[in-house]
Amino acid sequence: MSNYRIQGATGEWEVVIGLEVHAQVTSNAKLFSGASTEFGAEPNAQVSLVDAAMPGMLPVPNRECIRQAVRTGMAIEAQINKYSRFDRKNYFYADLPQGYQISQLYHPIVGEGQLLIEADEKAGIPEDKVIGIERIHVEQDAGKLMHDQHPTMSYVDLNRCGVALMEIVSRPDMRSPAEAGAYVRKLRSILRYVGSCDGNMEEGSMRADVNVSVRRPGEEFGTRTETKNVNSVRFVMQVIEHEANRQVDLIESGGTVVQETRLFDVASGTTRSMRSKEDAHDYRYFPDPDLLPLELEDSFLEECRASLPELPDAKRARYENELGLTPYNARELTAEVETFARFETLLAETAKAIGKDEKNVATPVANWSLSIAPGVIKSLGDEANVEHATAARQAAILKMQDAGEISGGQAKEIFEIVLKTGREPGEIADSEGLKQVSDTGAIEAAIDEIIANNADKVEEYRGGKDKLFGFFVGQTMKAMQGKANPAVVNQILKDKLG
Amino acid sequence: MTEFTELGVKDIRDGVAAGSFTAREVAESFNAAVADAAELNAFIVTTPDHALAAADKIDADRAAGKTLGKMAGVPIGMKDLFATHGVQTTAASHILEGFKPEYESTVSQNLWNAGAGMLGKLNLDQFAMGSSNETSYFGNVNSPWRKAGSNAAMSPGGSSGGSSAAVASRIAPAATGTDTGGSIRQPAAFTGICGIKPTYGRCSRWGVVAFASSLDQAGPMARTVEDCAIMLEAMAGFDPKDSTSLEMDVPAWEAGLSADLKGKKVGIPREYRMDGTDDAILKSWEQGKEWLRDAGAEIVDISLPHTKYALPAYYIIAPAEASSNLARYDGVRYGLRELPEGAGLQDMYAATRSAGFGDEVKRRILIGTYVLSAGFYDAYYNQAQKVRALVARDFEQAWAECDVILAPTTPTPSFPLNSLNDDPLTMYLNDVFAVPASLAGLPAMSVPATLTEDGLPLGLQLVGKPFDEQGVLNAGLAIQQRANFTAKPEKWW
Repeated sequence: MSNYRIQGATGEWEVVIGLEVHAQVTSNAKLFSGASTEFGAEPNAQVSLVDAAMPGMLPVPNRECIRQAVRTGMAIEAQINKYSRFDRKNYFYADLPQGYQISQLYHPIVGEGQLLIEADEKAGIPEDKVIGIERIHVEQDAGKLMHDQHPTMSYVDLNRCGVALMEIVSRPDMRSPAEAGAYVRKLRSILRYVGSCDGNMEEGSMRADVNVSVRRPGEEFGTRTETKNVNSVRFVMQVIEHEANRQVDLIESGGTVVQETRLFDVASGTTRSMRSKEDAHDYRYFPDPDLLPLELEDSFLEECRASLPELPDAKRARYENELGLTPYNARELTAEVETFARFETLLAETAKAIGKDEKNVATPVANWSLSIAPGVIKSLGDEANVEHATAARQAAILKMQDAGEISGGQAKEIFEIVLKTGREPGEIADSEGLKQVSDTGAIEAAIDEIIANNADKVEEYRGGKDKLFGFFVGQTMKAMQGKANPAVVNQILKDKLG
Repeated sequence: MTEFTELGVKDIRDGVAAGSFTAREVAESFNAAVADAAELNAFIVTTPDHALAAADKIDADRAAGKTLGKMAGVPIGMKDLFATHGVQTTAASHILEGFKPEYESTVSQNLWNAGAGMLGKLNLDQFAMGSSNETSYFGNVNSPWRKAGSNAAMSPGGSSGGSSAAVASRIAPAATGTDTGGSIRQPAAFTGICGIKPTYGRCSRWGVVAFASSLDQAGPMARTVEDCAIMLEAMAGFDPKDSTSLEMDVPAWEAGLSADLKGKKVGIPREYRMDGTDDAILKSWEQGKEWLRDAGAEIVDISLPHTKYALPAYYIIAPAEASSNLARYDGVRYGLRELPEGAGLQDMYAATRSAGFGDEVKRRILIGTYVLSAGFYDAYYNQAQKVRALVARDFEQAWAECDVILAPTTPTPSFPLNSLNDDPLTMYLNDVFAVPASLAGLPAMSVPATLTEDGLPLGLQLVGKPFDEQGVLNAGLAIQQRANFTAKPEKWW
């Protein structure tokens, strides 16, 4: 249970949040035409006759878009509807050439599903929580109006017009900005795992309509407002925070919340009314007579399921249970596709180099991937060329460390040189003298000298002052100029001090 | 010398192939006939060069010994609902005046690929909405037929009124039509020619200006059943660009023609015997039964109990789809744009659509918008869809008892232009016998049967099972052979 509450003048209020996330489907071509979907082309360079709604043009469903929606539904454990249908949502606007958007109101392709958000004490999520997903449907995106190109006219760019979107509609199950933020991040992660959406919120590949209402804890839902087209996790959280407080203030000062569509103003972090329910369009939905119902065959569904990768929750569980990683490491490594991909490549490479099972090298590889390597890269700033940091080179460093040939500090120094120059780690260790001494003879000689020079401390140690062991280690390392293998030093010291 | 304009599709194709005459001679004759028939107002634009170029190509192909297509050397009229590359395509509406597509409709392309040429773009009711060809922005089409002893201008039917007038007047051997609720069959019946609407999905809708997507279907209009069979073979075929296109091979309808109906059962739907049906129509229906019996068929009574609900359902579904299909004509990207001084986007929409659409189109957009509105959707649109399903079920049950259905095409013969303009409901009743087959997506044809006492043509309608165009054509052929309809309008233009 979220304990997030708005403290009003008259008591506590609970926030109720539902999200409609529009995710652009990753596909080469648009939902119903062959035009390209690539981002950033010249205006109107990617517009087919169908997209421009020329007379007599007809939509033909793009199988890949359907496939991606089905795979996404499977990834959220949703019911896949073998029968679905496209409907027309009718309204006039200059960015909508057909005068209607082809969407799915009555029979969406994906039904009930769910998504797990994980406990995160720091973020204010005390325990794991399952968020219900009502449906996913597929629809066309609209074009874009440009108002800054001409003093009295608006220009229309139809490149985005007809691109496939998945609208992923949650249940009103979230109770805090943090939960909503976690939901969007998790959803984004799943979409990216599945490969059905690139999740790029800056380019508009993912945007959310945020539904917010407030109520006294335990009472009926209040009237909700919908804030449209919010395009970052931070903004989603800001919208909720602002809307919840605005609604509480409104109710407590004797007003009522009206059901309406609102817009988020990024500059001020506030929302403002766009249109009320009374002005709402009558979209005159009806089944699109240009398109037959979509009927999915079992073989198609099987292919979709077989093509799904290991998903975030399963991967995280495997990292903990099979690789023995800490819950923190497992969560961090599985959050982003790039992160786990780098980790798994390096893990395989390192296990092979060392000749051990992956689970036996997973923890050092995880630590290296999550904190050591990023730390070195960050400290170098512009000097680092990450292209040099191949999996093979990093595995070579980890192997030397595993064998005791280099210390943790030396590993970082070697990696620094790798990043700057692209030289090979083994060669760096040799030529730069970045190796530990494991030669027991040299270490023994140094220890013998230290024991001889510190007879009093040896007596004290042998008399029970165990803490002095650290002193001898320090002295030895100093004598060895930091290059002695600490394990070897410890062993010899223990033997000699008795 | 052969009077080329008296020739039909088969005559021309076979004559050109045999070298009896050249395709160019034929094209020149029809181009001249078209130029001479401006008073009919059958064409919105004429394209004599297109016809000549196609003819020359056929003559050259023949000289080179190449295989000629199904329509080789046949110049035809193209209903101006089909997009034709570089040639103005208007749907007979001001809102598309001057619009020249950068693409060619699948059906017209199929015809050119089969060796046909284009005489011009034929007039029609605006956006194919009408039953008299009086809603065109480019003026009424005059039927070549007149009542005996009268000079009153008669309706050629609609919406394919330019097509029917052109074929009946011998200024084109054949023409394309489209049929949403009778727009091929009714004008064919009014002008004494043949016209077939195939099974929904046989002809691609790609590049055809949409009226009501779930009903629109292209088909041929010509003077004989054989010519319709030939031309339909050229027009039909699966098109991946139309999701509702039938993924089936096109049968060899011409080769399959047979007027022998032994073993076939012809259904006579009792519900089509309606009040207000002309005596002459009922008489010709009786005559039709005799002809088919004579051809070997057994005549059986059948029932299509939901017939009387078909027309009201049609006038909900078709306008509903039209209201949405016509939303794209908004003045933003092509066609007419009315931009009054200081107008915003909404003002531009209103001004453009007010000026661009005719009254009948506006009427149907209003009806369609209303029946899809929140609070009315279930009562109208959903209810109409249920009726549509019941109408289709009536036919399915009838096929247990018969192979093809015989009925009148229209409840009356042609009427004078301007006589029904103030009475849209009576006008809509023209399609009462045509609409059920449209709602059910069935192949249906009109063939000329006889003349009324006033000398106006009457048609008989044949409705077939899904995909059984052959059965429809064969029954049509049996009637054609017995009706021996040779009447033609006296030239007054």
